[in-house]
Amino acid sequence: MFSIIAQRLRQKKRTISFPAAAPTLPDRFRGLPELDPGICATCAVSCPPPCILACPAKAMFEENGAMRLDMGRCTFCGSCENACPHGAVRFTQGYSLSARHRDDLILGPGLLPRMEALDTRMRKLFGRSLKLRQVSAGGCNACEADANVLTTVVFDLSRFGIDFVASPRHADGLYITGPVPENMREGLMLTLEALPLPRIIIAVGACAISGGLFADLDTSAKGALPHLEPDLFIPGCPPHPVTALDGMLRLLGRI
Amino acid sequence: MIRALEMKPGTPVPQAEIPALDQEEFGEAMLALAAQDCRIAALFAAPHPLADPAGRLRIWAVMADDAAGTVWVLRSRAIKGQFHSLTSLLPQLHLFEREIAEEWGVLPEGHPWLKPVRFPPPVPGRASVFGPKNEAVGHMDFFRATGSQAHEVAVGPVHAGVIEPGHFRFQCHGEDVLHLEISLGYQHRGVERALPGFPGPRTLALMETLAGDTTMGHGLAYCRAMESLSGTTPCPEAEILRLVMLELERLANHTGDLGALAGDVGFLPTLSFCGRLRGDFLNLSALVCGSRFGRGMVRPGGVGFGLDRERTALLRERLQATLADVEGAIQVLWDSGTSMRRFHDTGVLSREDATALGLVGPAARASGLERDVRHDFPRGWYEHLRFPIPTRDEGDVFARATVRHLEIRQSVNLILNALSALDPDLASDPARLAPRTAASPPLLARDALTVSLEEGWRGEICHVCLTGPDGSIGRYKVVDPSFHNWFGLALALRKGQISDFPLCNKSFNLSYCGHDL
Repeated sequence: MFSIIAQRLRQKKRTISFPAAAPTLPDRFRGLPELDPGICATCAVSCPPPCILACPAKAMFEENGAMRLDMGRCTFCGSCENACPHGAVRFTQGYSLSARHRDDLILGPGLLPRMEALDTRMRKLFGRSLKLRQVSAGGCNACEADANVLTTVVFDLSRFGIDFVASPRHADGLYITGPVPENMREGLMLTLEALPLPRIIIAVGACAISGGLFADLDTSAKGALPHLEPDLFIPGCPPHPVTALDGMLRLLGRI
Repeated sequence: MIRALEMKPGTPVPQAEIPALDQEEFGEAMLALAAQDCRIAALFAAPHPLADPAGRLRIWAVMADDAAGTVWVLRSRAIKGQFHSLTSLLPQLHLFEREIAEEWGVLPEGHPWLKPVRFPPPVPGRASVFGPKNEAVGHMDFFRATGSQAHEVAVGPVHAGVIEPGHFRFQCHGEDVLHLEISLGYQHRGVERALPGFPGPRTLALMETLAGDTTMGHGLAYCRAMESLSGTTPCPEAEILRLVMLELERLANHTGDLGALAGDVGFLPTLSFCGRLRGDFLNLSALVCGSRFGRGMVRPGGVGFGLDRERTALLRERLQATLADVEGAIQVLWDSGTSMRRFHDTGVLSREDATALGLVGPAARASGLERDVRHDFPRGWYEHLRFPIPTRDEGDVFARATVRHLEIRQSVNLILNALSALDPDLASDPARLAPRTAASPPLLARDALTVSLEEGWRGEICHVCLTGPDGSIGRYKVVDPSFHNWFGLALALRKGQISDFPLCNKSFNLSYCGHDL
């Protein structure tokens, strides 16, 4: 008993003060990507730019003469940054990546992600208490592991009234990870149907948003879309816990 | 004289040098190797020619000889429609033969337990050996105990916690579990079928996400396969950094597991401490490469990130501080008598059963089996380090927890040891660390075979790559340690209670997606 108390004191208080203070991220963290407006405009018309060839996830593409980076597919591996001979692609320390609409995850030179909170009624319902049922549908256990990290003392998710719960009947929303391959489609849909209305759906990670690396595989893993209409997209592979927390707090209008 | 080719993992061999055996010879060679204490590392089928999915199938086997540090490779002559099952003589093959049956529509004649493995989409031109009733995931004949007091409990695929999906079916008599049957496949993404062809940027990314908690393990096994086939040798600094990252992955997961084990018996202090400490190890990976899971670190030919003097000092300092906190967090668990009462004698897996099933990793070592790829088949910087393999004989939850604790200490020592040999000037030179970029993929040896073995935190990771006549990947086989070990969990539950399941499950902590691929 006393040794446990002594150990508790030794292990110290570890909860970060985010969102009151900015989080500490590693200096090599690859967050919000930035494309250089000048250089990328000229490169987009050369065929095909090295960043497109280097991307493992088909996240870089050219659209009407402009370079685009789809954060809904991006694994944040940094290959495009390394491949660009002009230093025009850069991953910044920006951790606030989430969006309400799929199209808002597509970045270009000068295009930033756009995020808005739930409407007043939904905020009134869930703003101070949001219980989530997590479903891994083909997830590789990285998104799942970092969802678990949110519940540790470091992030202490429940101080915001957000919790992962065991039963979909107790849940206000679904936290989906993984590309939703054929064999998990029914399990995911049955879980969703068990949720009372109104509910929110959160697609977490490149896989759940778009199928990510698995979108072209023969198990038709296209992510939560088009079957579901997520209310929140949290990009990453996996998203840093701060990114996920930031997205949920913005959704609830708490940041 | 065993008709098989003995080789070192990492050394490519021409496929033509591997003797082609008929069914009887193949079986005899497998049994002769097993009699010499070799164990299965991989068993799979591939069409011939490799590029023709409708071609005649050959069966390939890789048997690991831990004592000699070599592997034996065998292949069968073309089979048609069926092959002789060896499972009843060599139970460690049971799931591999089921996998071949499911993937290629060939019948393992005499298999005592033939059931689907992952319920993949149907293959055009190849009929299923299971028939239409096994087409949907989870639909199969479960083993069934009968009797007036026998009952059945079905759990999953979606579970209560934040965890991957899988279906568990318990046959019970009162509180006692007679048998647990595990039916997986819900996570099946079809990764292996997407690998043939010339390796590109996506190939490595798929390897890093085979099992996301084993990014370094699978990433490294793949990179070594590519290096082996292209005759590339990474610089010593890159090898040291790979060791550091592989051990950090082990530290994070073992620490998390010990915390979760404490949580499963309701001892919350260690759960709470280790939850944080696991994240601290992940953050050390991010200190090196920007990703908590080591994404982007390993690449064919080297590593993507270096360590300068300051970063090395910071890594060393934070590693030692984290280890000190882990020791404190685990000590209070060991001192908790009620927790230890739950750990001892729960989920016992005997040495005999572990051997028969071909178990690997901490679960095997906790049942007294001295096997560890880092020790028996050292590659990279592990060749320069000598260390004992920590084992326990009890085979219970306590043993699996203790082995993890000992490995945590050992991993920290290995990292510190390796870092002391690191020249910070050379280790921060990107051109030296990663000579190859995504734009210049390696040229692979033609018609060759190579075997990669790595000790991931769950145990042996085996990758086998067969190249075609044009030097592209013709068949790429992945064996995650979980593939060997899931049945070990099923056996450990026998004579236990359903309430022991979370604790036993966590003490194995196997991968669903690594199994389902």
